[in-house]
Amino acid sequence: MSRSFLGIVALAVLGLIVLSSAMFTVSETQQAIVLRLGKPQRIIRDPGISFKVPLIENIIFLEKRILDLDMPQQEVLSTDQLRLVVDAFARFRIVDPLTTYRSVGSEEGAKRRLSGILASRLRDELGRQPFTALLSPERGEVMEVVQNSVNREAKRFGAEIVDVRIKRADLPTGDPLNSAFERMRTARQQEARAIRAQGAKQAEIIRAEADSEAAKIYADSFGQDPEFFAFYRSMQAYRQAMVKENTSIILSPQSEFLQQMQGRR
Amino acid sequence: MPWQNNGGSGGPWGSGGGSGGGPRNPWGGGSGGGGGGGGQQPPNLDDLIRRGQERLRATLPGGTGGGNVLGLAVGALVLLWLATSSIYRVNADEVGVVQRFGAYVRQSYPGLHFKLPAPFETVTKPKVTQENTIEIGAADRATETLVLTSDQNIVDISYTVRWKISDAPNFLFRVANPELTIREVAESAMREAISSTPLNAAIGEQRGQVAQRVQNRMQEVLDSYDAGVEVTGVFFRQVDPPAAAEQAFKDVSAAQQDAQSFLNQANAYRQQLVAKAQGEAARFNAVYEQYKLAPAVTRKRIYLETMEDVLSDVDKVILDSSSNNVVPYLPLNELNKRRAASAATTAQD
Repeated sequence: MSRSFLGIVALAVLGLIVLSSAMFTVSETQQAIVLRLGKPQRIIRDPGISFKVPLIENIIFLEKRILDLDMPQQEVLSTDQLRLVVDAFARFRIVDPLTTYRSVGSEEGAKRRLSGILASRLRDELGRQPFTALLSPERGEVMEVVQNSVNREAKRFGAEIVDVRIKRADLPTGDPLNSAFERMRTARQQEARAIRAQGAKQAEIIRAEADSEAAKIYADSFGQDPEFFAFYRSMQAYRQAMVKENTSIILSPQSEFLQQMQGRR
Repeated sequence: MPWQNNGGSGGPWGSGGGSGGGPRNPWGGGSGGGGGGGGQQPPNLDDLIRRGQERLRATLPGGTGGGNVLGLAVGALVLLWLATSSIYRVNADEVGVVQRFGAYVRQSYPGLHFKLPAPFETVTKPKVTQENTIEIGAADRATETLVLTSDQNIVDISYTVRWKISDAPNFLFRVANPELTIREVAESAMREAISSTPLNAAIGEQRGQVAQRVQNRMQEVLDSYDAGVEVTGVFFRQVDPPAAAEQAFKDVSAAQQDAQSFLNQANAYRQQLVAKAQGEAARFNAVYEQYKLAPAVTRKRIYLETMEDVLSDVDKVILDSSSNNVVPYLPLNELNKRRAASAATTAQD
């Protein structure tokens, strides 16, 4: 009895070992290729538990998630000979794991290849645009063209480009950047000068209006009797003009003031 | 090989099926309660195998006491394993995402939940109510994040993106490196928005709109990735002209101040002038009213009063110009001297 029991146990243990080496799990984020003696046998896209033949089959896991593809900065020369440093990124996923495995081995391999392709396609396509179009390439079809053309290449690696975007588009440091700063400075200086001139002009207009308003007030009032105004204003002027310290007046006895002094005429 | 790794730690092949009323165990089949210490207890992996064999050896010679103790110990261990790996708590700010053999099966909401023990089902509990922030660009002036505007000017910006998980399974399984993805999408959306806005608008009144546009665009792009992320806000911390041109920008606002002060001065002049005119006109009108009533008298009175005032203080010489034949001698110097003297005496008084 003891011997047969030991045998059962041994068998069970062996069975478990075989079973466990025949089973594998594929995570939600993965897809798997089953290789039999190195030869691709089948692809497992659905996550969960799967089986393989122990020892002669082994598994290659590839990502199913959207992966990031960064690209080295590119200096792009626009059609109007202006330079722009462009920093772009793409998002891609492995859609055909077998092709990926065969052509580039892994996600990392696909990244390396696609990064170079993206850089050159981007440079080519942006180089066909005038500078103003480069500033917001999303408006036109540029990004679409880049994405399609990278996608064609990506197919060869079993990948699909989900999105291509430009993260940064900057003027190269040095002369182009400095001259942009200089342009901004001079534009502001011009603006400041214009604002001051405009202010001065407005101020002059206000003064002129004030003068005319005052003149109208005077005219309305004094115009009632020009002759009396002349008299009245002269009187005021005499008071102002003939201050005692430095004035000597020679009067004729015939003057109106001295009329009564002469007695009745 | 993942399966073996999973199995090694917990010992899933134990006799757990019968004990503790755990969830259905696909492999167990309820072989013999752990407490009974039954002889046919199948051994576990690795260490459990060893332990099982020892126990078997112990049972064979008939010494049942040691076997029972050992059985109890194993049962307790199994119980502990079930308790710790099949009951889990989801906190108020979390969602539990359950995977069976790596495949997503269900979500669970805050509270206590059951799942199959560790190697079969695993749970991930991302914090879904928590707002995460990503800061882009430094708020200090040391490092500049320069972005080109639509009129080919440059602004120095820094901003904060707030986001949270809106769909936990998607967040966990759709996009590798979600945080980096959100950051890059933010940068590209911001670049896109600024590059279609002229400088003055970006610095000034359209800030809020730009931020809103960035948020919408980010959401669009992230949704197209099925990223399971909700962008809850994009906030500018700073939108400034670059340091190299800052002085010129300040001069513009100084110019606006100057222009305003020109206007103020002119308005002051206007008020002064008009008030003076109105005052004088009012005075003339008043006098004229009276003059109209008695023109001759009023005129004479004004004349005489004025002459009185004027002539009372000045030096006067009365000269009859009708005596034309004599050239009159007018000692002007003398007059001036006398006047100076009188001025001196009045000063002494």
